Amino acid sequence: MKEFEAFDLPQPSKVNYINAQYGLKSWLLTKDHKRIALLYLGSITFFFFIGGLYAMMIRLELLTPQGDLLQSTTYNKVFTQHGIIMVFFFLIPSIPATLGNFLVPMMIGAKDLAFPRINLLSWYIYMAGGLITIYALLAGGVDTGWTFYTPFSTTFSNSYVVAAGLGIFINGFSSILTGLNFIVTIHTMRAPGMTWFRLPLFIWSHYATSLVMILGTPVIAITVLLLAFERVARVGIFDPALGGDPILFQHLFWFYSHPAVYIMVLPSMGVVSELIANFSRKNIFGYKFVAFSSLAIAVFGFLVWGHHLFVASQSVYAGMIFSFLSFAVAIPSAIKVFNWTATLYKSSISFDTPMLYALGFIGLFTVGGMTGLFLAAVAVDVHLSDTYFIVAHFHYIMVGGALMGYLGGLHYWWPKISGRMYPEGWGRFSALVIFVGFNLTFLPQFVAGYLGMPRRYHAYPPEFQVFNVLSSAGASILGFGMLIPAIYFVWSMRYGKVAESNPWHLPGLEWRTQSPPPTENFEATPIVTWEAYEFAPPEETQVVGKFAGELETA
Amino acid sequence: MQSWVPLAPESASTMSWKVDAIYFYLSGVTLFFTLLISAILIFFVIRYRRRTPYEIPRPIAGSHKLETLWTVIPFLIAMTIFGWSAKVYFEQYSPPQNAMEVYVVGKQWMWKIQHSTGQREINELHVPVGKKIKLIMTTEDVIHDFFVPAFRMKADVVPGKYTTEWFEATKTGTYHLFCAEYCGMNHSGMIGSVVVMESREFDNWLSGNTNNTTPAVAGQQLFQTLGCVSCHGANGEGGRGPTLAGLFGRQTMLAGGQTVRADEAYIRESILNPQAKLVEGFGPIMPTFQGQISEDQLMQILAFIKSLQVTNPVQATAANGQPTVTGASQPRPSQK
Amino acid sequence: MSHAASAEPHGHPALQHHFENMEQQREAGTLGMWVFLVTEIMFFGGMFLAYTLYRSAYPSAFASASNHLDITMGAVNTGVLILSSFTMAMSVYFTQIGKSRPQILCLIATIILGLTFLGIKAVEYRQKYEDSLIPGRLIPTRPFNPAVAYEGEVNEHKLHLIGNATVHQVELFYWIYFAMTGMHALHMIIGAGLLTFLLYFSIKGRYGPEYHSPVEVIGLYWHFVDIVWIFLFPLLYLLGRHLEHV
Repeated sequence: MKEFEAFDLPQPSKVNYINAQYGLKSWLLTKDHKRIALLYLGSITFFFFIGGLYAMMIRLELLTPQGDLLQSTTYNKVFTQHGIIMVFFFLIPSIPATLGNFLVPMMIGAKDLAFPRINLLSWYIYMAGGLITIYALLAGGVDTGWTFYTPFSTTFSNSYVVAAGLGIFINGFSSILTGLNFIVTIHTMRAPGMTWFRLPLFIWSHYATSLVMILGTPVIAITVLLLAFERVARVGIFDPALGGDPILFQHLFWFYSHPAVYIMVLPSMGVVSELIANFSRKNIFGYKFVAFSSLAIAVFGFLVWGHHLFVASQSVYAGMIFSFLSFAVAIPSAIKVFNWTATLYKSSISFDTPMLYALGFIGLFTVGGMTGLFLAAVAVDVHLSDTYFIVAHFHYIMVGGALMGYLGGLHYWWPKISGRMYPEGWGRFSALVIFVGFNLTFLPQFVAGYLGMPRRYHAYPPEFQVFNVLSSAGASILGFGMLIPAIYFVWSMRYGKVAESNPWHLPGLEWRTQSPPPTENFEATPIVTWEAYEFAPPEETQVVGKFAGELETA
Repeated sequence: MQSWVPLAPESASTMSWKVDAIYFYLSGVTLFFTLLISAILIFFVIRYRRRTPYEIPRPIAGSHKLETLWTVIPFLIAMTIFGWSAKVYFEQYSPPQNAMEVYVVGKQWMWKIQHSTGQREINELHVPVGKKIKLIMTTEDVIHDFFVPAFRMKADVVPGKYTTEWFEATKTGTYHLFCAEYCGMNHSGMIGSVVVMESREFDNWLSGNTNNTTPAVAGQQLFQTLGCVSCHGANGEGGRGPTLAGLFGRQTMLAGGQTVRADEAYIRESILNPQAKLVEGFGPIMPTFQGQISEDQLMQILAFIKSLQVTNPVQATAANGQPTVTGASQPRPSQK
Repeated sequence: MSHAASAEPHGHPALQHHFENMEQQREAGTLGMWVFLVTEIMFFGGMFLAYTLYRSAYPSAFASASNHLDITMGAVNTGVLILSSFTMAMSVYFTQIGKSRPQILCLIATIILGLTFLGIKAVEYRQKYEDSLIPGRLIPTRPFNPAVAYEGEVNEHKLHLIGNATVHQVELFYWIYFAMTGMHALHMIIGAGLLTFLLYFSIKGRYGPEYHSPVEVIGLYWHFVDIVWIFLFPLLYLLGRHLEHV
């Protein structure tokens, strides 16, 4: 019997948030969190392409040991800009600003975020920061590395440091406002009956992410501001020739930039929790442990920044403390991986594209996380610091982790967002291509790193060439793999199969309204009487409250 | 010797195999858990694949026992890695007392090296095998990093301070030297080699390169031309300024009551910012040399002052160019 | 379609469409402001860290430079700001009990006091400019180059160096001074703007006992700006004052 199709809404009205109003103004001045999510989706995809182009240039150059494709100054700008665009304009906003903005109100049964106009403002701030940064790129570029170490960035670089810094500074406020909005929304706007422990884990992870956003981002803001101030005014803040301290810069920079990586990965972990539960039709094993592990990661994440300074003349004792804490922060992530795996036990797994991405995440994040242990081990980090091992480690987490979660979530919620299905066959195919291409790109880099190949080199000794060739080959496969969803998502908006309101037949609140949703999300405020991830037949999960077209309970 | 760990660089120092051992252990743990999780996932995904479209599995809430198990065990494993690695790290960053010192100055985009016996090198460091070598390093401009993969050792060089790195090479040969902190246009070109030689060959190499004065002698010359002798005495015996003979490495009493150890950083600071740490009993009359003296010259003066350790009353012959000191070393406070 | 809990069909005119009722809206607004203030603490925190580090490195330079600031203007400003927090709090109170005239007067007083603070600050900055104390080359035509007093000279425009302080180290103090007070002044300007906005709508009668959260929330912001100054004043102006002013 098709019990859980009773989660599905009978045929809804034709009006949804996309066609409710037409015209550019209705989009650019919208207060609807769903439209703002789409505005973000467009912009971050644009920045992702730019970052990807830079990546392509890096991998092309590194095919040969000589620096023969690009001049060294150009190469230095290329890797710097790859980092800045990918970190600040893609990874940090990606899931929270698109999926988070779209889903947080829906998953808690609210009509919108707490501050819709601030939400729109955050997008404009993001665009302003992005445009200023693009100006810096076009005017001549930045060549300091995305880490802006001083005194190179304050005194020796002849590139557009202040402009790029300004772009990053402004962009930071976008992050802060998003985080602020999520925290207030989750605290004050949950529907009746939606207690904290009935929340989907996506919400818990976004809550933890928001904590990191609001506590960490102001620090990078003031750091970048001081850097610009020093460059313009020639005062000694970070430049020792003027009386400043270059290590102070590193501490201030990493105090944000380490928690920043948790901003990038925590939302993805939230997506993975949703995918694992929903595509195996089973509640997440150890729900409370997974929820609290997100908070633990957020808190511990603030205590480990010194592991970026192990070889930077930080004291040996500080090094040992940060090493210990860096091991500690790995434990909550391990707990998640074990709980997700345990969820699959005696479950009912379907191999839709989102599930493939979730499984890919678990495998790749395990590798990424465990190679992090190599780096937390101070003695080994002394050898590995600033080599390709580091590059491989963080790409496993950022691409193998965060990006996989993002793509999985995009596929999963695509019918809700657009009202159309993506082509499943192509979805599975591209997931596979991406997985293979990704591993081929970054696995050889672990080896090259331990063998001693330093990072940020555009020419290298010939013995490293074989690893670089493998890596570049993988990158072309990865790039090809990522083009496919870009094409079919756009294609599906016009030609994709029209989705029902609940195409996956799932109990989450976001699925209990039509696809795409109406502007106010729900016709009436839902009253929640069920636990998270209850897949049981509807007699046990009554929906009380009125939906368009009364829901009949059996 | 090729490291017994696969896919590792050559092992050429006493620390190499220690680091490789931890790496090997880490690789084992990583491989174990990755394979374990992957295998379980693959097994579950096949065994529990959806068979009928409408099946709903029985929910399982969790298990406190399992949670504890898979929290405690990874934590304990993490602690073994931490403990072992901390021990090795402590050794990596504790330079031994009786090491042979070499001065390194990084600059965009080369390594300038000077042995304490005077030989200068650019982008190459010749060392004898089996001897402890300590590098005292700084940079003239931006942050660089002195990285020798075969020794599993690196340390940043930071402007405005000295950093140190030590190693004991175990095998002769030529090994890569890389700059491992991005430093601008020719960062990838700031590479060179460490050449490890048998003791005898190293001595030969040294004697074939004796045109340069040793840093200590060059330092002594600077000590005179910059006017240091007028307050500190030609041999550091003191006068209007504190005694420098025998100073290096000792605890010094400062005005205000605190004591500080007279190490490289202290001496460098006192030359560039003399009022920062005034010695007890002396007035703030020393001028600053900030801006008048390069990092190389600072290192030479440092070498000279260090050489003033020797306080035997007999005038020794300077076979290797090292000056000697006569006389006592009592501090003679001056009037304010 | 009825909403769950509001008495009237559309609720209070100031109720935003996505909130269930005024209580939820008020709660959200207040929590939002507190979260924002936490971010401000982290923002200023970076500068407080730099201050701590450089002060412990160069205590005499910091004492000399601090001594050279105009303590009268600083103290008057402190009083002005604390008084303005009082008038702000009174404004919130009067809104809550529905007395609109005193509420508006207290708001005007707060704005005037805030502008007074900024005015005095402008005078201070002007003095610094004239004495060439603006650090680095922030003003390219007038780089940092203060006149230094010799021993025993009495001249309030000249910098007296205490102990082993150097002019170079004093410059470090001044960049911190300008960065922190400048950032603070910027926040005050924004605050004054917000208060003007509040004043406009108060005169229009928008706020009262059922709807006073904007006044409350902006009041919170104003108090925060005041508290930052209360930390800045002793750290910047009161160092080394126990020493004999040579």
